[in-house]
Amino acid sequence: MPSGTSDRTHRDGPIEALARWLDDRLRLAGGGRKYLRKAFPAHWSFLLGEIALFSLVVLLFTGTFLALFYTPSARSVIYEGPYVPLQGTEVSAAFNSTMRLSFEVRAGLLMRQVHHWAALVFVAAIVVHMLRVFFTGAFRKPRELNWVIGVGLLLLAFGAGFTGYSLPDDLLSGTGLRIGYSVLLGVPFLGPLLGFLGLGGEYPGTDALGRLHIMHVMLIPAGLLGLVGAHLAILVRQRHTQKPGPGARNDNVVGEPLFPTQTMISLSLLAFTIAILTLLGGLFEINPVWLYGPYEPFSVFAPAQPDWYMGWLEGLLRLWPPIEFTVFGVTIASTFIPGVVLPGIVFTLVGIYPWFESRFVTRDQAEHHLLQRARDVPARAGLGTGALTFLLVIFVAGSNDVIAADTATSLQAITGILRVAAIVLPPLTGFAAYRFAQRLGDEPSVPEPASQP
Amino acid sequence: MSDRQVDQWEQRHARTDRAARQAATTFFVAILAAIGLFVVYIQGGQTQLEGVLLFVAFSGVGAGIGLWAKVILDEPQVVEDRPMMRSPRESREAFEAEYDETVGGGLARRSFLVKLLMGAGASLGLALLIPLRSLGPGPENELFTTSWRAGARLVLPTGAPIRPDDVGPDQIVTVFPEGARTVEEQADSQAVLIGLRQDAMDLPPGSPATVGNLVVYSKLCTHAGCPVGLYRASAAELLCPCHQSTFDVTRGAVPISGPAARPLPQLPIGVDDDGFLVALGDFEAPVGPTFWNLTDEPIVEEA
Repeated sequence: MPSGTSDRTHRDGPIEALARWLDDRLRLAGGGRKYLRKAFPAHWSFLLGEIALFSLVVLLFTGTFLALFYTPSARSVIYEGPYVPLQGTEVSAAFNSTMRLSFEVRAGLLMRQVHHWAALVFVAAIVVHMLRVFFTGAFRKPRELNWVIGVGLLLLAFGAGFTGYSLPDDLLSGTGLRIGYSVLLGVPFLGPLLGFLGLGGEYPGTDALGRLHIMHVMLIPAGLLGLVGAHLAILVRQRHTQKPGPGARNDNVVGEPLFPTQTMISLSLLAFTIAILTLLGGLFEINPVWLYGPYEPFSVFAPAQPDWYMGWLEGLLRLWPPIEFTVFGVTIASTFIPGVVLPGIVFTLVGIYPWFESRFVTRDQAEHHLLQRARDVPARAGLGTGALTFLLVIFVAGSNDVIAADTATSLQAITGILRVAAIVLPPLTGFAAYRFAQRLGDEPSVPEPASQP
Repeated sequence: MSDRQVDQWEQRHARTDRAARQAATTFFVAILAAIGLFVVYIQGGQTQLEGVLLFVAFSGVGAGIGLWAKVILDEPQVVEDRPMMRSPRESREAFEAEYDETVGGGLARRSFLVKLLMGAGASLGLALLIPLRSLGPGPENELFTTSWRAGARLVLPTGAPIRPDDVGPDQIVTVFPEGARTVEEQADSQAVLIGLRQDAMDLPPGSPATVGNLVVYSKLCTHAGCPVGLYRASAAELLCPCHQSTFDVTRGAVPISGPAARPLPQLPIGVDDDGFLVALGDFEAPVGPTFWNLTDEPIVEEA
């Protein structure tokens, strides 16, 4: 102690001084030391969730900048900015402010495009992260709760995306909002009331943009941050899973120390994520609202394609047969089942899968911290592959008109093929994956480490 | 140290030195890119250049930190014990005993009070939701009606009224009731006026009135409410660009393919004393997407 003290004092930097000041007041040294050397298992696939987190960081910063210029108002104004084709056109104040951001605010277009690209990457990273967690069995006990929180984050990401791209009040975004409102209108009993409450009246409503704006910049981000906080707190509490390997067991954690290695790797990944998103936003035009023009309720353009993560919902609406029926005076709209019931079932099944598997597939209630390979549970591999196939088919169906035009095939033929594919393909690929996993599982491809007890 | 250990030490030293030089280079590149960004921005900004410079700057920082962490530091992996998440049995039992003795026992004795408190919480929660009802008016009659009235002239988006001769065979125009200037009014009253070919009209009996070969349908798709904007004159089909529902306009706009299940409601039209096209009333059925009580009779307004 005596010699150490004198040794420390003379190379006391500002960080050390701050740490000492804090420890004097909060007693942090004991717990802090534990966190310095916390082990973080290293594998590239464990960084997918971080990419989602860092995309969210980019979304928050770029979004704050955009919010400083955006006007959430449908009030009619005359566009007088530098974009010649629209000069003198009657547009909403919201569209006008988006045009100003794109053409007059310095770096405004960059911020808009980075924001939109970051949203696409955010959802993509969440989905790929979920696939990793699913096929490696990382959702098993004790991590079911974090799986459900993850599903909640995905739902909020969808909500953020939908409310976000409705804000510019351009022709494409108005069409998306119109479809969302129409699906809501089809919900038995509650639909019309909820639709009117949401928009402040019959479509397009007087308050829609203001409501969407508050949801997009306040309520949904608050939910996202709350759930991300819970997701990470639970991760720290439970510690990360790891791949089985030399020295890695169910009752230990082998990995990079949190400080400095893992922290620096994460910072490096943060920098690279920002780098890629700024490159995309700088070079690749996205959502050029000036080409779409302002929203007019009686105009639309074709082909209209939503952001990629909405494609499966769009596909369901396009594939569902034109069936409408009335029972006891209640009419079930043709959008209700594909637009509300089926997506609800998909999210519910994904959410409850950990319990389904431990109850009916593996009958396993033990704690697991070692990851599996997809082949280790053939039923999971089969169910996951089947579900993915279904989602992929309906995602493709979201572009059935584009495919029909590109392949010079009739739209009806494409739709018919995809309808059959959505029903027939998932069981086929699911069963194939199941058998493939069984076959792989029978032959030990990786020699067991003989030295391990 | 043996010679071999010295060799290894020197190799490692050389490797970290090289990585340190590389990291220094990437940081330096990042500084240059940041200065470049500053200059571009001061000069008025240029989106593509800003994106590329940000990419270079952040990649430089990311690469430098990555090299630093993985090569220069090269910290050995650490191994920690991982206790199972479930608490050890003793601590669980101790907690349960303590709980039963203090909180649990008290709650059990006062179960009536507990239930009443939960009831109070639930009622209060419900009561607090009521302000949400202020978010908007109820649907009332709105979904059953549009701003079309008997005698309302059909006008183009420019506001100009239309004579029957203005629209020839295979022509289609978007029309509104005269005076509907706001987005709200136009949203549900938008309609298409179509000139059919001679003798093509094959409307079901009891259809609303037409003028010559002219028919008017709601422009709102009965599937998801998009404007049914594409007209294929050769087949006399209206196509919705959103989900590709197709309607046969010669036969009362019945859906012939795609996900829409109801025909586009038709507007009864006539000609007024000045020779302009007018509506003879509202659409024959609610326009736009289906809702649950669509088949109800709308509440008739007191005249």
